[in-house]
Amino acid sequence: MADLPRPRDVPEITVDTSLPPEAPRPRRRVGRAGEFLYFAARDRKIFVSLAIVLALLLVAIVGPFLREYGPNEYVGPGMQPPSSEYWFGTTTFGQDVFVQFVHGLGATFFVGLVGGGLASIIGMTVGFVAGYRGGWLDELLNMLTNVVLVIPTLMVLIVIVAYVNARGLLIEAVFIGCTAWPWAARAIRAQTMSLRSRDFVDLARLTGMGTRRIITGEIAPNMSSYLMLTFILLFGNAVLIAATLDFIGLGPTDGISLGLMMNNAVLWSALQLGMWWWFIPPGIGIVLIVGSLYVMNVGLDQVFNPRLRKL
Amino acid sequence: MRRYFARKLLFYLVTFFVAVTIDWLIPRFAPGDPVTSMISRVAAQPEAAAAMMDYFNGTFGLDVPIWQQYLNFWTSLLQGDLGVSIWLFPQPVTRVIMDALPYTLALLVPAVLLAFWAGNKFGAFAARKRWLDGAVLPLGYILTATPYMWLAILLAWLLGSVWQVFPIAGAYGFNLAPAFTFQFAGSLLQHWFLPFLSLFLVGFGGWAIGMRNLIIYELDADYSRYLSSLGAPDKLIRSYAYKNARLPQLTGLALQLGVIVTGALVTEVVFSYPGLGWYSYQAIINQDYFLLQGIFLFVVIGVLLANFVIDLVYVMVDPRVRLGMEGG
Amino acid sequence: MTLVVNDLKVYYNTLAGDVRALDGVSFEIADGEIMGLAGESGCGKTTLGNSLIRLDGRMRHVDGSVELDGQVLPIADSEAMDRFRYHSISVVPQYAMSAMNPTRKIGRMSRELIESRGIRYETVREEYERRLTLVGLHEGVLGLYPMELSGGMKQRVVMVLSTLLDPSLLIADEITSALDVSTQKAVAESLVGLRDNGFVRSMIVITHDLSILHEVADTILVMYAGHLAEKAPTESVIRHPRHPYTRMLIDSLPEVGVRFDQKRLEGIPGKPPSLLDPPAGCRFRARCPLADEVCQEQPPFVEIADGHQVACWKVE
Repeated sequence: MADLPRPRDVPEITVDTSLPPEAPRPRRRVGRAGEFLYFAARDRKIFVSLAIVLALLLVAIVGPFLREYGPNEYVGPGMQPPSSEYWFGTTTFGQDVFVQFVHGLGATFFVGLVGGGLASIIGMTVGFVAGYRGGWLDELLNMLTNVVLVIPTLMVLIVIVAYVNARGLLIEAVFIGCTAWPWAARAIRAQTMSLRSRDFVDLARLTGMGTRRIITGEIAPNMSSYLMLTFILLFGNAVLIAATLDFIGLGPTDGISLGLMMNNAVLWSALQLGMWWWFIPPGIGIVLIVGSLYVMNVGLDQVFNPRLRKL
Repeated sequence: MRRYFARKLLFYLVTFFVAVTIDWLIPRFAPGDPVTSMISRVAAQPEAAAAMMDYFNGTFGLDVPIWQQYLNFWTSLLQGDLGVSIWLFPQPVTRVIMDALPYTLALLVPAVLLAFWAGNKFGAFAARKRWLDGAVLPLGYILTATPYMWLAILLAWLLGSVWQVFPIAGAYGFNLAPAFTFQFAGSLLQHWFLPFLSLFLVGFGGWAIGMRNLIIYELDADYSRYLSSLGAPDKLIRSYAYKNARLPQLTGLALQLGVIVTGALVTEVVFSYPGLGWYSYQAIINQDYFLLQGIFLFVVIGVLLANFVIDLVYVMVDPRVRLGMEGG
Repeated sequence: MTLVVNDLKVYYNTLAGDVRALDGVSFEIADGEIMGLAGESGCGKTTLGNSLIRLDGRMRHVDGSVELDGQVLPIADSEAMDRFRYHSISVVPQYAMSAMNPTRKIGRMSRELIESRGIRYETVREEYERRLTLVGLHEGVLGLYPMELSGGMKQRVVMVLSTLLDPSLLIADEITSALDVSTQKAVAESLVGLRDNGFVRSMIVITHDLSILHEVADTILVMYAGHLAEKAPTESVIRHPRHPYTRMLIDSLPEVGVRFDQKRLEGIPGKPPSLLDPPAGCRFRARCPLADEVCQEQPPFVEIADGHQVACWKVE
């Protein structure tokens, strides 16, 4: 910077800012990722829940190959309890419950991933923009978020889906993704607003970085753990919503899903006939996936947030 | 204060407006024309059909311009006319809803209130007794992860089918007619219990876990530490923590209302309990779009009202909000 | 003698082992004495203050004793300590500004606190209001919520509330750190007023700001890395410090009126040792210009002049 003219009676100040030489200290730096992995690996909650989810995923991927026939084919005598041939027994019509189960698991993972993923993307977009930009844009997005939040969107879905006749798994996932995002948007907005006032964001703004790059390059990476937790919760949420939709008969019109299995079971009096093998496995499947995700979430929260760590 | 409520009211009105508009819009995007085919099925009885055709023409009629259809829809709505049910022809939708409403409310209101209260109490208790953590925490998370209808199915199967303690279908015994007798009341209660229990349990798990976490957070707050440093008994500290932790729980209740109502609806389906949920299900199966839309609107209004009530209550119990508003 | 601390050791449990925050501390506080407790962050001064009144979850009383007014303080037993808390020993915490329940009016919270300690609020209410006016607050403050007060006001309320029962010993932990300079002066004066009015017999004022101590303290105790370095009357510490650490600390303070080009501002190069695995002997050894082999043995905290104690081999 150019020298500013000085008033005459103030003497020059000389400052020696050189530091005395310091003895080199042995460095034991564990990067942040390393620190997280350390705690994550030692947290029993994360370990067990991750194992469960991965195991179920494996079953969903490998399972369909264990039998040559599809889930809705009539392959044997109906109403059979579990046996060595039909591991989960058969339905009233002689369909293999185990095959239905593994295909249903696949559908569940798909909906969780796509539905949860879409909800995450929408939630992040709305949350980041509202939180970072503020002003009227924030007000507008807030209103939008609150409206979608308050309206029982499952009912909207019920009404929508009732009118659309041919439904695929993808459409269901998209529907869910488009309606499950509000609470994520709110949470991300709050976080963004607190990060927005931090120094490194100010610096980035000063260098002329555009909004989009600031969000993707500065803010989001600093919230990465939070975003991951949000995605996990949205995943679980999407699975639950899909199961409920399927249960009322508003799921995909072809294929099979865990919710649909429960629907069929109730419809065909499995309760009264005591055909527990038809409705117990799908429920357990959902509870295991969603429950493990929730527990994993708690564990990860403790990993990322040192204050919550128990000693 | 007034401005705050005016804003809230405005918001709810806007939301209601959006919901009604969505409801009105949806059938127009459906491929084909499902409604006309339904109407034609029922055109058998001329006089009764006339009322329905009026409504239908007013809101769907192709010879009426779109904006007028929309206005007609609103007019009918504000007059309490939600159309005529196709499946239960010639009953008006409003009548069907009013018949079903008491059953749904009988499930929802006790289950929500009790689950909220008991869950909060238990969560606070669990926060104190850390030895419970090993058992309570996983159980709580499992309960929250359980889809409403599966718990309903489990209870129906175990307590209804296997052990035959409770009935699992209908609101009262099939052989009984509604009357002010003990027998009828007893039958009502018997049939009510399992769906109520199912709703209660899922809610209970969620609130308990939430409360436990909040209480732990409050017990670690500065004011708790200060009181403890001055030797205040645990009871006082806990009571402060509890009262403060209830506030975010209350907010959570408002947010969860949509989910809870949906849970009630699917629970009714499992138990064939003749509330709004069961009727929605039947409406879907029988393609009775008027009934479905009517129930939807009704539920939305209910949820918005409940949200508004909770907003009111919250302002009364949290002095910070009150002060924030009076300050300007 | 109000307070006698003998070889007190308090450690923190951590995943990586014990952090030896207080590693054998002995000193005394006379009746009516305001002792300043100074040192850099992490030296153990807040741990010392805390351990006298409340050990939190991770702290552990390993060794040593504390006597207040001739009675042994059972600091490791929280229930037994309740008898002493508020009545005999009290605290104005570091977080005084958030020490009050945000959803309770101050008067109501005070009443509930006092009644829970077995005292009828009516018997102290008048005195409470009187003392509030003494520190410059209007008694109407009791009808307000904490968020309606400024930071300084909240601090003063907490000061009055904490000393309402006339404790023998008050621990004031960093109470001026978050305030602006003029409020600092007012609060410092209130502190001395507490002792002069007889509301509090003796005081420990914990701070890293030596200039505040110069204003209020009778004696200053300097801590370093869990050990005591020096204790002496305030003037002695400020004008004639004996321990090398204290001397470098005083030297590092800027003097009013002195310019940079006249005298260089020196810090103390280096950092305090980790308390997880502290080095044997004098803990200041690594940064001390006077250190040699004799310092590998822990120097005792001895009296070298009247009322002046130092822990250093290099001081005769």
